[in-house]
Amino acid sequence: MEKRATFSNLWLAAAFIAPQMLLIFTFFYWPTGEALYWAVSLEAPFGGSNEWVGWLNFQTVFSDPKYWDSVRVSLLFALSSTALSLGIAVLLALFVDRRLAGHQVYKFTFFLPYALAAPAVGLAFRFIFSPDAGFVSAVNRIWPGLWNPAFNGNDAFIMIVLAQAWMMVGYNFIFFLAALQSIPRTVSEAGAMDGAGVLRRMWDIQLPLITPTLFFLIVINITDSFVNSFGIVDITTGGGPARATEVMVYKIYFDGFRGKDYSLAAAQSIVLMLLIIALTFIQFRFIERRVHYS
Amino acid sequence: MVERNPILDTFTHALLIISLIALLIPFWIVFVAASHDFHTVNQVPMPLWPGSHFFENISTAWVQGNFSRVMLNSMIVAVGVTGGKILIASLSAFSIVYFNYRLRTLMFWLIFITLMLPLEVRIVPTYAVAADVLRPYREILNLFGLSIGLPEWNMLNSYSGLILPLIATATGTFLYRQFFLTVPDELTEAAKMDGSGPIRFFLEVLLPLSKTNMAALATIMFVWSWNQYLWPLLIITDQAHYATATMQLQKVVPGPVFGDPPIWNIAMASNLIVLTPPVLVTILLQRWFVRGLISTDK
Repeated sequence: MEKRATFSNLWLAAAFIAPQMLLIFTFFYWPTGEALYWAVSLEAPFGGSNEWVGWLNFQTVFSDPKYWDSVRVSLLFALSSTALSLGIAVLLALFVDRRLAGHQVYKFTFFLPYALAAPAVGLAFRFIFSPDAGFVSAVNRIWPGLWNPAFNGNDAFIMIVLAQAWMMVGYNFIFFLAALQSIPRTVSEAGAMDGAGVLRRMWDIQLPLITPTLFFLIVINITDSFVNSFGIVDITTGGGPARATEVMVYKIYFDGFRGKDYSLAAAQSIVLMLLIIALTFIQFRFIERRVHYS
Repeated sequence: MVERNPILDTFTHALLIISLIALLIPFWIVFVAASHDFHTVNQVPMPLWPGSHFFENISTAWVQGNFSRVMLNSMIVAVGVTGGKILIASLSAFSIVYFNYRLRTLMFWLIFITLMLPLEVRIVPTYAVAADVLRPYREILNLFGLSIGLPEWNMLNSYSGLILPLIATATGTFLYRQFFLTVPDELTEAAKMDGSGPIRFFLEVLLPLSKTNMAALATIMFVWSWNQYLWPLLIITDQAHYATATMQLQKVVPGPVFGDPPIWNIAMASNLIVLTPPVLVTILLQRWFVRGLISTDK
């Protein structure tokens, strides 16, 4: 789509776009390019320029079982938190969309968790799920040692999944509700005339019509769980116990800034970048097919 | 809506109310924990009703976390990112949409691609650039054999380091472009006929028209930048001067001393302090926030 009426002062056009281009060149394209370069080179031990090593860094990364652990943890984390939060959000949106008395209240409150910073969510959940104080610790009173995210990897993993899912429920809810509200009422009413009950209409009419939104949200949630999980993991578990919650971003941070191994961190970044680019491409395919009924 | 179904209606109300309570419980627990003294908060099971030490804990946490300073820092960063983003996004979208030059499609795609890779995945090299911002330009000049001595500009431990890399994304530009494309051509033609140049048209026609978009973008960007965690954690080592609010949360988690019971009441009070501004913004500007979420599509 192009404008029929445009301005012709090209100097002005250049001046207007220059700040943005400068910023993204300096803080986006150059670093991304540099990550590529670092991934295929090694820093010379006594300074000087980097040495070309080809696939060596990737081989080092891929032959490390700890790396595959972090990939496994990340994928498991992404899938379980996404499934949990989308499942809850779609249920809530379907029932709020019935517009019974008071439905406005939910619209105002369900998305609140999304306004929080990931480390704030992490800190709250760390307290709530702490084994010796807080909310969940009561179960240890009844069955001693049943719950301890500080020692049990599964418990810690459940904790970060719940934190991430809780944070994203509100976001997903907003999108589902918007999608549901863009379905014309007449469609549902026609279903009702044909004798379909409320639940039948939800399953056979409303859910199929919001699948584009569902696909879009799946991608957004997975990407977010890769990227945003750092704050939650850093505050709640620090990647532990025994790396049970070490997600990919956390490992990159750890290898790059604690271990000072830029090349290994860069190679891992590239893998993560490719993963996210792939997801984004999938997302654009579905965005193109997104349906608007309004 | 269409028919009466009392059983399902009761179920709907029950489901929604239970979910509402479940979703809000974490907020309540944080608040309750922040209102008890050290001894009570560590009881198992913890009390579910607020105690009387709320303001005492908040003021202890405020002093301990140096919040007078860090809240100001977070505010500067959030306002800086929000303002900078709106300015840069609106200008570049204006350039792409309203000027006719060959490179504009390329420019658009160059900006658009930045949506794909969030800061967190290119964190290591971005950190290296922030440590010496002019290095890319120095290396480019070197490539052409020009050795002009560009000064070193270190962005670590500075507001510009906290703000500028966060602005370098396409979120707002895309939003503005979409909006500008919906502005009717007749408006531009009328303005040109009346002798208005591009700057005047931008300031007096486009900006007032895009108020709604601006508000939506501003709420989203404010909350997003306030909640940044990894980036400030990396580039700020001068904690006394440049720490942001979210960074303080790392310090109130249980200490390294083994067997020391964590001071949960103060930790939760700090958490409340940090989460209040974004929560307030989303509640007060709820309409814009939701609108922004949906229209930026991230």
